[in-house]
Amino acid sequence: MATVSMRGVRKSYGGALEVIQGIDMEIADGEFIVIVGPSGCGKSTLLRMVAGLEKITGGEIAIDSRVVNNLEPKDRDIAMVFQNYALYPHMSVYENMSYGLRIRGMSKTEIDERVKRAAGILEIGQYLDRKPRQLSGGQRQRVAMGRAIVREPKAFLFDEPLSNLDAKLRVQMRVEIKKLQRQLGVTSIYVTHDQVEAMTMADRLIVMNKGVAEQIGTPIEVYAAPSTLFVAGFIGSPAMNFLETRVSSDGRLAIDGAALSPKTGLDPGRAVTVGIRPEHLATGGGLDVQVELVELLGADTLVHGRLSDGKSLVVRLPGNQVPTAGDRLPVQAYDGAWHLFDTETGKRLGTA
Amino acid sequence: MEKRVTFDEKTLPYLLVLPQIVITLVFFFWPSAQMIWQSMLLEDAFGGNTRFVWFENFAHLFQDPAYYRSAAITAVFSGAVAVLGLALSLLLAVMADRVIKGATAYKAFLVWPYAVAPAVVGVLWGFLFNPSVGIVAWALRNLFGYEFNYVLNGGQALVLVVFAAVWSQISYNFLFFLAGLQSIPRSLIEAAAIDGAGPGRRFWTIIFPLLSPTGFFLLVVNVIYAFFGTFGVVDALTKGGPAKATEILVFKVYNDGFRGQDLGGSAAQSAILMAIVILLTVVQFRFIERKVHY
Amino acid sequence: MVENRPWLTAFSHLVVILGVLIIAFPVWMTFVASTHDASTMLRSPVPLLPGPYLIQNYKEILFQGYARTSGIPLTIALMNSMIMALGICIGKILISITAAFAIVYFRFPFRMAAFWAIFVTLMLPVEVRIVPTYGVVAGLGMINSYSGLIIPLIASATATFLFRQFFLSVPDELAEASRVDGAGPMRFFVDILLPMSRTTIAALFVIQFIYGWNQYLWPLLVTNHESFYTAVMVVARQATAVDATPSWNLIMAAAMLAMLPPVLVVVFMQRQFVRGLVETEK
Repeated sequence: MATVSMRGVRKSYGGALEVIQGIDMEIADGEFIVIVGPSGCGKSTLLRMVAGLEKITGGEIAIDSRVVNNLEPKDRDIAMVFQNYALYPHMSVYENMSYGLRIRGMSKTEIDERVKRAAGILEIGQYLDRKPRQLSGGQRQRVAMGRAIVREPKAFLFDEPLSNLDAKLRVQMRVEIKKLQRQLGVTSIYVTHDQVEAMTMADRLIVMNKGVAEQIGTPIEVYAAPSTLFVAGFIGSPAMNFLETRVSSDGRLAIDGAALSPKTGLDPGRAVTVGIRPEHLATGGGLDVQVELVELLGADTLVHGRLSDGKSLVVRLPGNQVPTAGDRLPVQAYDGAWHLFDTETGKRLGTA
Repeated sequence: MEKRVTFDEKTLPYLLVLPQIVITLVFFFWPSAQMIWQSMLLEDAFGGNTRFVWFENFAHLFQDPAYYRSAAITAVFSGAVAVLGLALSLLLAVMADRVIKGATAYKAFLVWPYAVAPAVVGVLWGFLFNPSVGIVAWALRNLFGYEFNYVLNGGQALVLVVFAAVWSQISYNFLFFLAGLQSIPRSLIEAAAIDGAGPGRRFWTIIFPLLSPTGFFLLVVNVIYAFFGTFGVVDALTKGGPAKATEILVFKVYNDGFRGQDLGGSAAQSAILMAIVILLTVVQFRFIERKVHY
Repeated sequence: MVENRPWLTAFSHLVVILGVLIIAFPVWMTFVASTHDASTMLRSPVPLLPGPYLIQNYKEILFQGYARTSGIPLTIALMNSMIMALGICIGKILISITAAFAIVYFRFPFRMAAFWAIFVTLMLPVEVRIVPTYGVVAGLGMINSYSGLIIPLIASATATFLFRQFFLSVPDELAEASRVDGAGPMRFFVDILLPMSRTTIAALFVIQFIYGWNQYLWPLLVTNHESFYTAVMVVARQATAVDATPSWNLIMAAAMLAMLPPVLVVVFMQRQFVRGLVETEK
């Protein structure tokens, strides 16, 4: 168990293209950190740099205050779970789990003890003699976890470990991984593109975009106060509504021709993008929505519509409210639900 | 295609490729370079002096009617081997593919000739057509009144060498055609059947065009085989005779180099053959590359 | 097939069975010849069914040989063939698998040069460059030796390419997982890559065994002493020896024995054989 520090970590291939543009992060002992972002944002690269599978171009990474920049993966005392599990196809489950321990020259009895213990925790005891191809996707996933656990490493690294599973299993494994991590208390870094996984599993999460950490914080902080337009749009489902507008003369925001927001304290005339989450809109109010499409989810109803100036808007209503396409639906936003961003820089200005 | 991960080692990779590279250099590059060099040397009849003569050996070859004769024989021979071999194996493959039950069993009965050495194939066919005891020669003489004596008749010798060479290569062609046929999606055949095409029409309009890449590939392989792989067949069957009627180019290289001791001429012939193989290989690769890009 | 046409199916069976019979006929006649005595095989027409001399003929050729040409027992030639075939097989697999490993899993100066050097050997079959290669082997004093029979034939671009192809298809994550597990390159090679290559190795083994066993021109050149002759060579020499009264029974027994090992390998390892044949041409 250990802390992990990243200080100004950079990565570039052949000089020009910088895929990681300076990440600073202190991970506390036992913390579960999720790195989330769209594909190509550099999240996997960052994880692989921690693992030692990619060279670090700039800055440093330290595990337990020991700088590991030039250490081989095996000397970093980390374990990794891969997206495709990377189980050795010709070895049994037992051999897969014990391979790393055998290389380290651990005694047979100790290996046996560790493998059995891990197999017990993961409930894969009856599969130890099987080959990976004889296992289901979920079981393989457990073996990959088992291989990491037996090592008793300072940190677990997960590279999209659930993306090869079907939706139902994904939810189940998500809960199990989180429980397991709590139980073992091992510092973990988990990469995913799935924001639901990120929100539900993380103690803190890093939202990455184009090689930059857009925001680092607890899931609630990221949800409640997204620091950039990108984060606001990426976290939350359905995605936040964005409306570009200007601050009117009384300090409110003009939307759809009327100044509707609470007072913002911003300079009149300033270009601002307003973000309102669909779940923070309710019926009855000054915004007039022309309903175009209604999605019934049972518990909720998603209404896709347009304002009179043509901007589209999604509203999430309780499942018992079902407008029909073509209706006019008056909606309003809760106070405090207005996220304000600078249109030019995308930076957060506050809420109103 | 490249690997994302690689190992950082300085000397290990060199140690790993070294054996292959050393053997390649010693037994491929060095002899090939020597061959080019030798093809420009002329040794006098008594083996005394050797002179550097530029392209005189080549010029000599191109004025030599015997060389043209050998080239013509090679052309006829490889053309016949390729056409006959492909046609027969395609027929067998299409028929075997039609019968779902038993296709695997038939395959087992058709693949093993590949394992018989070309030289042994020559011996087998020589025995069948042996003028005094060959059962086929006997049958031709006594049932059809046709005298078949490959030991004396050059044309018949060439026919026999073609038969033996085709026999030896037929399993290879068969396997590739069968694999090609089995990789044609059944839904295509079924769609054509629903469109009203009968078996014959389906073959010519659907199966045959889809099989043409395999066919072209096999054509090149068979020509290369006929050029170089048939040395054993010829040597065991006719030794290039009678009266050089079956002396294909590769056999002439061997004959002139080892029997005739004409090293310069033999090397010049080798150089020409090498150019032919390189040409054929390039054609094959260009073709395969194109197929990949489709 | 798509529609039900019994006569067409029957016709297909007929054609294939006819093909099988015609293809098997030369070998059947060879077998028949090897089971009669010498005088029967000199009277035309020769019999179409086996006779009673099978054991006697095979015993004679195996342990005494064919007196008219060499008179050394065929067992020696068969052993030479086996040594040559296995030597070529194992040698080829060893040097190509390590070369492919280096080319795929390492980045080093001259890597592409090595790749191309191996690649162009595809274009130079041994038949094309026999005379100068013979010169090199003679110069190295390798005439009449197993190393002379084997080593010049073990450099193989096809085997290297087959392994390269296979290695490229192995997921990158396996190498990464083994690195995280603490394995170095050689450990990864031995523990992970080699066991995973089993089927590829088996396929290559079958193809290269046949290739090695059936070599004819090369042993013809580098051996001039009977104790190094291979089985295929011996059979061809016996059959082409000018002789008024050849013992066809013994010649054909030798031919049967010379084709038996590779044919058995193909029959019993048919799956690997087909795989090897098809994949080496990709």
